[in-house]
Amino acid sequence: MNTDHYLTLSALLFTIGAVGVLVRRNAIVVFMCVELMLNASNLALVSFSRAHGQLDGQVAAFFVMVVAAAEVVVGLAIIVAIFRSRRSASVDDASLLKY
Amino acid sequence: MSQLAVRVIPLASGEVGVPVVPAEADGLLSLVWLVVALPALGAAVLLLGGRRTDPWGHLFGCAMPIGSFVVGLAAFAQLLGRDAEERQVRQALWTWLEVGDWQAEFALLLDPLSMLFVLLICGVGSLIHVYSVGYMAHDANRRRFFGQLNLFVTAMLVLVLADDYLGVFLGWEGVGLASYLLIGFWAHKDSAATAAKKAFIVNRVGDLGMSVAVMLMVATFGTSSFAGVSAAMPDASEGTATALGLLLLLAACGKSAQVPLQSWLLDAMEGPTPVSALIHAATMVTAGVYLVVRSSFVYAFTPTAETAVVVVGLVTLLVGAIIGCAKDDIKKALAGSTMSQIGYMMLAAGIGPAGYAFAIFHLLTHGFFKAGMFLGAGSVMHATDDDVDMRHYGALRTAMPVTFATFAVGYLAIIGFPPFSGFFSKDRIIEAAFGEGWIYGTGALIGAGITAFYMTRVMLLTFLGSKRWRDGVHPHESPRVMTTPLIVLAVLSLVGGVLILGGWITGWLEPVTGPEEPHDLFVSPLVLTGIITLVVLGGVAIGWFTYGAGRTIADHPPANVRFATRAARADLFGDALNEAVFMRPGQQLTKALLFVDDKIVDGFVNGLAALVGGSSGAARRAQTGFVRTYALTMLGGALITVVATLAVTLT
Repeated sequence: MNTDHYLTLSALLFTIGAVGVLVRRNAIVVFMCVELMLNASNLALVSFSRAHGQLDGQVAAFFVMVVAAAEVVVGLAIIVAIFRSRRSASVDDASLLKY
Repeated sequence: MSQLAVRVIPLASGEVGVPVVPAEADGLLSLVWLVVALPALGAAVLLLGGRRTDPWGHLFGCAMPIGSFVVGLAAFAQLLGRDAEERQVRQALWTWLEVGDWQAEFALLLDPLSMLFVLLICGVGSLIHVYSVGYMAHDANRRRFFGQLNLFVTAMLVLVLADDYLGVFLGWEGVGLASYLLIGFWAHKDSAATAAKKAFIVNRVGDLGMSVAVMLMVATFGTSSFAGVSAAMPDASEGTATALGLLLLLAACGKSAQVPLQSWLLDAMEGPTPVSALIHAATMVTAGVYLVVRSSFVYAFTPTAETAVVVVGLVTLLVGAIIGCAKDDIKKALAGSTMSQIGYMMLAAGIGPAGYAFAIFHLLTHGFFKAGMFLGAGSVMHATDDDVDMRHYGALRTAMPVTFATFAVGYLAIIGFPPFSGFFSKDRIIEAAFGEGWIYGTGALIGAGITAFYMTRVMLLTFLGSKRWRDGVHPHESPRVMTTPLIVLAVLSLVGGVLILGGWITGWLEPVTGPEEPHDLFVSPLVLTGIITLVVLGGVAIGWFTYGAGRTIADHPPANVRFATRAARADLFGDALNEAVFMRPGQQLTKALLFVDDKIVDGFVNGLAALVGGSSGAARRAQTGFVRTYALTMLGGALITVVATLAVTLT
């Protein structure tokens, strides 16, 4: 089995996610892009785990999933709270905390 | 004397240093601490007691120095009953300073020299206190005035009774403080406040000499007590002796208003007149003469410093006399004469054992007649609504007969008219000066002539001639409480000369100053006395033909006068010199230092702060608040990390 394809796919997904985070304004979409990056890294971890025949990468992938789940809970709560008070889900509008 | 004779160390010059070897005080003499304690108590009660002591404060203030005087008289009687070598007694009071092995005791030394000073300070001081009861009767702060007078007397008594230069220094500074407070007693007047500050600052210069001298003694001899220093002096190098002598002279110049530190004395006339009398007669200016005479065991080993003392004395006696000629302010004319007379004393003290006793003798007689004349001037001012301009007086003889008579006695005494006290004392000083060198003698002789001239001028302008009173001024004789001290002082000025009869005062002071030395004169003393009297009469005659003899006195000092007169009016440019040499460069230096502080030190600090502030202001702009910018930054950072890691692992 060739891990190169998996790694290429992982890199593509990560790049798409990263670009999405940088260019999209809608907080939900940005959020989904962050998830995409996390899962791209998960894919890479699992691929390496498989290639090296060790379980470390898979354990790490589980940790990432747990963190991602917790992040979704907190992040979505914040987005909903901001939307309720400001009637906007744009990340550029939530720029009060600055110099 | 046998015990002393063994310890006397003869020098090449023939002078000797007399060591101080006091015995412990016993019997009545153990009460000597009371002399200092009484006025100190008076000062404490009156200054701390506040307004509740107002009704009786002046009486209490008078009682304290009188009490001291009584104790002093008793001690004097005790000392008189003793043999000459047993007349030095010491009373240890407490250990004052203790640093490791070194310690300084606070002790009082009563010997013939300090005894005479105690009597002068307490005696004349008491008379001035009594006079002040009348003079300050209408002043709301009379009680404070008496408290400060007591403080003045206390400080001066500490100065003359301490047995250690450190103790002298305590009194020295106390006198400076008290004079500052009293000269500036009417501090609501700008001129008085300035004069007080000036006196204090000029005195600080002299105090510097005193403190460095004490440090030098402790560093060199390990002690600053008279006994210790006098015992160690014979083994000290001449350099040390000269340094000590010059430093002590600097100190004496400050307190005694000698050139070059004379400028404060004339301005000090801003204080109430009794203060001037106290400063000039009993306390303060006599301190310098005391210091020089007391330090005879130092000066015995340093001809250089002795010569310096003589020169300072000679210059001051002439400068003071010349200034006295040009002043229309009666108090300033008298102040000039004080400088001049103290100059005589310094001159005598600088001559050495041949002159010490005469310096002290003149100091005593001067204390009598100068106090009398200052109080007389105060009486005149009291009668003329505090006018001090002699051109506004004239013919006060009839209006104030007692003041006139007492002032006249003081006048005859100061010009040295026989048989008044000043005749004896000044005569002996001029004689000793001629013995030291003809230039000193001639200078002192000329000084006597000028003294006669300007004192005649004061006399004629004030009491004789025509009435030049201002409108609304009705001169009247002062109350009894003021005239009584005047009469007592006049009697003392008249009979003070008896102290020299049979050489009493030289014999009395011998345990302190060493035996009097005979000096060679170019003529017999009697002829010299005749010459001096002729010069004095010449001065009186010039004064009479200039200001008396039916001449009219201009209402204002003539403006178009010779340079010499202008110089004398400007105190021989003493203030101008101080301003040009010290004050202006001092101000320039201050400005320069301020510039360095403002522009360079502060500039560096402020620049650094501005740099940090500015750069953080710029860095702050990175916080835009846009989440996506942060994300890009993070991505960039991550990329740099990855590239760097790769670069390191691949090479």
